[in-house]
Amino acid sequence: MKQLAHRIDISRWFVPVVAGLSFFYLLVPIVYILIYSFNDSGRTNLTWRGFTLSNWQNPCRPAGLCDAFINSLQVALIATVVATVLGTMIAFGLERFRFKFAGSANLLVFLPLTAPEVVLGASLLSQFLNLGVQLGMTTTVLSHIMFCISFVVVTIRARIATLDPKLEEAAADLYASASTAFWKVTFPLLIPGIAAAALLSFAISFDDFIVANFNSGSYTTLPQFMYVAARRGIPAEANVIGSFMFLLAVSLVVAVQVWRYWRRRSLERAV
Amino acid sequence: MAASGKDLVLEGITKRFGDYTAVDDLSLHVPAGRFFALLGPSGCGKSTTLRMIAGLEHPTSGRVYIGDEDVTATKAHQREVNTVFQSYALFPHLSILENVAFGLKRKKVPDAVEQAKAALELVELAHLAQRKPAQLSGGQQQRVALARAVVNRPHVLLLDEPLGALDMKLRRQMQTELKTIQDEVGVTFIHVTHDQEEAMTMADTVAVMNAGRIEQIGPPDELYDLPATAFVANFLGKSNLFEATVTESNGDWLSLSFAGTTTGLAASRAVQTTGTIVAGIRPEKIIAAPAGQPPASAGSGWAKVPGGRVTSVSYTGVSTEYEIAVQGLGEFTVFAQNLHSTGFTEGDQVDLWWEESNLFGLAGDADTEAGIEEV
Ligand SMILES: Nc1ncnc2c1ncn2[C@@H]1O[C@H](COP(=O)(O)OP(=O)(O)OP(=O)(O)O)[C@@H](O)[C@H]1O
Ligand SMILES: [Mg+2]
Repeated sequence: MKQLAHRIDISRWFVPVVAGLSFFYLLVPIVYILIYSFNDSGRTNLTWRGFTLSNWQNPCRPAGLCDAFINSLQVALIATVVATVLGTMIAFGLERFRFKFAGSANLLVFLPLTAPEVVLGASLLSQFLNLGVQLGMTTTVLSHIMFCISFVVVTIRARIATLDPKLEEAAADLYASASTAFWKVTFPLLIPGIAAAALLSFAISFDDFIVANFNSGSYTTLPQFMYVAARRGIPAEANVIGSFMFLLAVSLVVAVQVWRYWRRRSLERAV
Repeated sequence: MAASGKDLVLEGITKRFGDYTAVDDLSLHVPAGRFFALLGPSGCGKSTTLRMIAGLEHPTSGRVYIGDEDVTATKAHQREVNTVFQSYALFPHLSILENVAFGLKRKKVPDAVEQAKAALELVELAHLAQRKPAQLSGGQQQRVALARAVVNRPHVLLLDEPLGALDMKLRRQMQTELKTIQDEVGVTFIHVTHDQEEAMTMADTVAVMNAGRIEQIGPPDELYDLPATAFVANFLGKSNLFEATVTESNGDWLSLSFAGTTTGLAASRAVQTTGTIVAGIRPEKIIAAPAGQPPASAGSGWAKVPGGRVTSVSYTGVSTEYEIAVQGLGEFTVFAQNLHSTGFTEGDQVDLWWEESNLFGLAGDADTEAGIEEV
């Protein structure tokens, strides 16, 4: 009897405890970044020297930090928009139409995902050099669009595959032309997939160091700035920017959840 | 409300997928405002035919007319035809009301929302207008699909086994509702089903389809009473089919000889009137009587087949179904109403009796097994 009760106790606590530990493990680096953004650091931000708000009040103090941040935002935004639009169209083409070379086109889209980033970055560089293109923001954006497209295509194709083709037929049956059917039925149903793909694109572009390092020339993205700064000691203001991005992401997620909850409530009240 | 239904005419339509012919030179005329049922086994081309009427598929050859207009080359969204899909295909991201108003909004009807609300009243779902399709039961979704199609007052309404997913009770209820709605809106209904009872109870006209072709078209009672092919005889209810030779003909009546017995057959009820033919009779039109004792109702115009032996008895309450083996003829199925509490048991010797005017005659080369549903 006693043993049985014991076992039930374990099974009751096991999942929450493991989940808690996993979250702790995931969040430790972020908590560390957050705390050290308030560090009254000297030359390096590795040891705690006391609490200050000055990093948050003036995050652009270290030369080049905010420029790099803005550069990264720009690159990620442009790459995301272009890759999402093109990737959605490619996903549609591959999923909905049967054509010659569909199989090889499929494979080609996957290739950038499987190639090592260093190889990708290096070969892009040699291509740009051979074409005589000036390295800078344009080449960075172009290379990011390239690998983001693959992620977008893979994500959105999975979503299209779950759509019932009968829905488009029903729309056509109800007097919707092909383009109306797309905008009124297919597209709204794809929005979650497109949003996921766009977020993923933004995150990997914003994060990218290797490909940008090969192809950006003197144009500096945030990861590149950090990498260089790391040799001298990363300034606490970098933690401010990191924390800011994290808090922005969290508040976005919370806002979406709240909006959904509110909408469901109002729907239920209407019923 | 003014009737909006129009005639539907199919002229020799054929649909091939690769070298497979799904619909084979099919012609059809459905007058405006009819409730027409297309009945046939799985894979015979019913859905493909509907899709060609809706414009979701285009025929390899042949023409489609709605009213006087040749619509063969037009696209689905240009045709005044709406479909109730088997899977309903409701738009999951739109509310029930928005689903029903979808077609009207595409046509830029000014009071789309009011009309959609009225259509929801018609199917008694007005109180669920704001819900999403996923929050409805199967039967409710089915009614939304119907409202979404009917609200547009199309010239022709296509129903592709819309009741297939419902349980028996709901199904019977929806059949009555469909019929009421059709009377109310006067739209031409083309109803696809492989449930023969559904086709017979609902439709004014039934077409029995087999392997891409129409076997026979007519009112349900006519199809049942006088099937023209072995497929129809077996697919629509049950039939006893046997080979017989025409020995004599006096214009109106034929004399048939089979397995040492004779029977008369009305010439007007025979597809073929000379040589060897296939004769048929429905199981409830045969009376089994103890050997040597004619049943009370038998008189002139009755035929007797002696030498039957009961091989199986299945009691269903209202009636009993007997399998009776007759030497030289094979098995006969006989349905007897349970007017008395005693029936036959296995091994009993019986004679079979039928009124000759109930017999029908098919072509001599008919495959007597055609259309028997495998269980
Ligand atoms: N797009 C297609 N490509 C190839 N073959 C098809 C296609 N659509 C239908 N067929 C074939 O055509 C035949 C008729 O199909 P259809 O869907 O019209 O049958 P059905 O009578 O509606 O059957 P069920 O009662 O099972 O719905 C089937 O053998 C099917 O395999
Ligand atoms: Mg079908």
